[in-house]
Amino acid sequence: MITPQSEAELAEAVRSASGPLRVVGGGTRTFGEPALGDALSTAGLNGVSLYEPGALTIVAQAGTPLAEIEATLAAENQRLPFEPPDMRALLGTDDAAAGGTGLSTIGGAVAANASGPRRIQAGACRDSLIGVRFVDGSGDIIKNGGRVMKNVTGYDLVKLMAGSRGTLGVLTEVAFKVLPNVAAQATLSARGLSDEQAVAVLSKALSSPFEVTGAAHDATGSETVTLIRLEGFADSVAYRVTQLTNLLEPLADLTVDRDPESAAATWRAIRDVRPLADQAGDLWRVSVKPSNGPVLGARLGNVPKLYDWGGGLIWAALPKGTDLRALMQGLPGHATLIKTADGAPAETQRFHPEPAPLARLSDGLRQKFDPRGILNPGLLA
Amino acid sequence: MEMPVPNAAVVAKKGRIVGLLERVLGADGVISDLAETRAYECDALTAYRCPPLAAVLPRTTEEVAAVLRICHAEGVPVVPRGAGTSLAGGALPTADSVILGVARMNDVLETNYDDRYIRVQTGRTNLSVTGAVEEDGFFYAPDPSSQLACAIAGNIAMNSGGAHCLKYGVTTNNLLGVKLVLMDGTITEIGGAHLDAPGYDLLGLICGSEGQLGIVTEATLRILPKPEGARPVLMGFDSSEVAGACVADIIKAGVLPVAIEFMDRLCIETSDNFANAGYPDCEALLIVEVEGSDAEIDEQLGVILQIARKHNPVELRESSSPEESAKIWLGRKSAFGAIGQLNDYMCLDGTIPVSSLPFVLRRIGELSKEHGLDVGNVFHAGDGNMHPLILFDANKPGDLETCEALGAEILKLCVEVGGCLTGEHGVGIEKRDLMTAQFGPEDLELQMRVKDVFDPTWLLNPAKVFPLEATATRRAGGPKAA
Repeated sequence: MITPQSEAELAEAVRSASGPLRVVGGGTRTFGEPALGDALSTAGLNGVSLYEPGALTIVAQAGTPLAEIEATLAAENQRLPFEPPDMRALLGTDDAAAGGTGLSTIGGAVAANASGPRRIQAGACRDSLIGVRFVDGSGDIIKNGGRVMKNVTGYDLVKLMAGSRGTLGVLTEVAFKVLPNVAAQATLSARGLSDEQAVAVLSKALSSPFEVTGAAHDATGSETVTLIRLEGFADSVAYRVTQLTNLLEPLADLTVDRDPESAAATWRAIRDVRPLADQAGDLWRVSVKPSNGPVLGARLGNVPKLYDWGGGLIWAALPKGTDLRALMQGLPGHATLIKTADGAPAETQRFHPEPAPLARLSDGLRQKFDPRGILNPGLLA
Repeated sequence: MEMPVPNAAVVAKKGRIVGLLERVLGADGVISDLAETRAYECDALTAYRCPPLAAVLPRTTEEVAAVLRICHAEGVPVVPRGAGTSLAGGALPTADSVILGVARMNDVLETNYDDRYIRVQTGRTNLSVTGAVEEDGFFYAPDPSSQLACAIAGNIAMNSGGAHCLKYGVTTNNLLGVKLVLMDGTITEIGGAHLDAPGYDLLGLICGSEGQLGIVTEATLRILPKPEGARPVLMGFDSSEVAGACVADIIKAGVLPVAIEFMDRLCIETSDNFANAGYPDCEALLIVEVEGSDAEIDEQLGVILQIARKHNPVELRESSSPEESAKIWLGRKSAFGAIGQLNDYMCLDGTIPVSSLPFVLRRIGELSKEHGLDVGNVFHAGDGNMHPLILFDANKPGDLETCEALGAEILKLCVEVGGCLTGEHGVGIEKRDLMTAQFGPEDLELQMRVKDVFDPTWLLNPAKVFPLEATATRRAGGPKAA
């Protein structure tokens, strides 16, 4: 394992590498077949380099633990807008087995574009990310974006780096727009709705002016639970609870949970896909437009499913070897095979194949960013 | 501003190129008469003009692809054009180029309220996207000042923002999918109505690429339910430092207004004279707007007004009616037009960290004196996106050059304090040669390699974004070997 202690050292490590490198943050979001090569860890790049609460801006070294970022923000009553999930229980990566520290890093969250339930209202990780520094496959140090939230100077490589899983460069520093924390929250829930009924309820809520920040449907157990979250100032949350309950009354019988701790626990479970952590079978993650969620759900049959993002994000545990993509005929979107039953080798591509023109562009970019093909070879391919 | 020498071989075969284009578009889709091509000689950066070889107005994605195939085969540069409202020269042609305008492609293709998106052809104007959904209680969030005229195509090319992006983000945060035509005529789709796309974030890369990577003919845009109401409050302060401190305190207090707009004395007086907005006599003015139900607005404004009072405002005026709200916004919205009555002006677009606001305003004042040209400041204070307006006289020899020199100094200042050259207008030709102030050679080289992937022969809007000398080899004979 190579653990550079500075950006310059990391650049030198990439420049002088003679074979493939496996880029590791905390190793908590790694899934699929182990990548080849020497582990290159960002753990040595640690610390918040700039935090200006009055400008809603934080800049940190890529190897900084996510928990440290969240604690720094919480001390000023702010937070990351995109609610990054903790994938350790789902992926079984909390024991540092993947070569990382077992502590999720902010750079890793960016590399995976990790985004939780609030994605529907506040955007994904890539939407909050305003600047990056990284080392490309040639060992050059590159900067893009910056520390301001409006910036159209040159091409937006910031977005490109988000979700690229270390295949285009090794992140060394990331900058975010952050948001104020909320004073109050409430969760509305309904029990026993069908997937179709649930998504209709969620769509109606999301089409209202009441600023829903979470819209999920848990169909993993014997009775389904449909969840809607409201956040903000106390009086405002109370007002919207009333309005939304009245609006949805013809469709669902809702109960309200105003306790901040239990509401936080409820949404943490959704965020981290906990209801599916211990399910047997192949675990898939699918993105479709929300109204197609229950359509796909019906095709998948009676298997454990968790819908988030108003129905557009579906996590499902399927019988071993099921080709979920074959069931997506006529439903535009994409599917990722996250985990196979018993950890067996995948029988299909982990990542959704791109249409030929896009695959050509993606391959072209990868060659330009990493001409020697040494960064996480095999991943995303 | 230097532009490349037109390719004489291309200019010489104008007749052949026009003939090929007319064969796929019909005569009424191709404009080649010199007098008529003058309509396309510039965009909103009117200081620079050059009629194109021809302008084409396709009606479908397939026609766009056919045009690009012809230009690709003939080696003709193509300059994409939305509504031509770019302030950075993004749609400025060269004499050997074909302007590809999407103005005839302005249909709404699909609206879907259950899934909260609209799919449009990109010639459609920004405001008419909202127009198509507002009766049903929805809106499209990005609201550039030119929204009545500017096209979605240009919004995507420049990643346009607007006054309300503190809360709702800019174009890239509201774009779900595109239909894209590459320079070789390949038609492809990125994203769609679902929230995230697989693989690399090519959508994020396309947005803000200034028409250099492909031509976007259709866009799937996120639409949002309209808030129940909105209310602005106007605050006057006797120094910009105090106004800046007030902005930081509001943000730190946990309130997120949808807009925080700032104007300095020159802009306050000029727009008040122009629009009779009833602005106070003061050094700095803030307009802060919040949204929600009446009770929610009261709650948020309660916090904001309490903070404002601590900064000893010379005036604090909360709107109590739609008429008063309109009046508060009137001066701000007519600021550019009002300044235009004083003189010619150049509008800059640098962004700075909000914390540097007082320092940057002071330095702009000093630079203004040094160069002998007045500068007015009106901008989105919540996100640090400045719009210094430099006043000059286009008929006075040397004034434009002095203005450009002052503009360059101000933009370098923005970069020095940790900001950037352009927040929402784009680089175009205007800031092309300043790119080296913000980026190192490796940063620019990697960005140019991105264009190599999408447009290997560098025919799409080739003279923009990057310093000309940095792109010379690529423009002359394709990409430099990586």
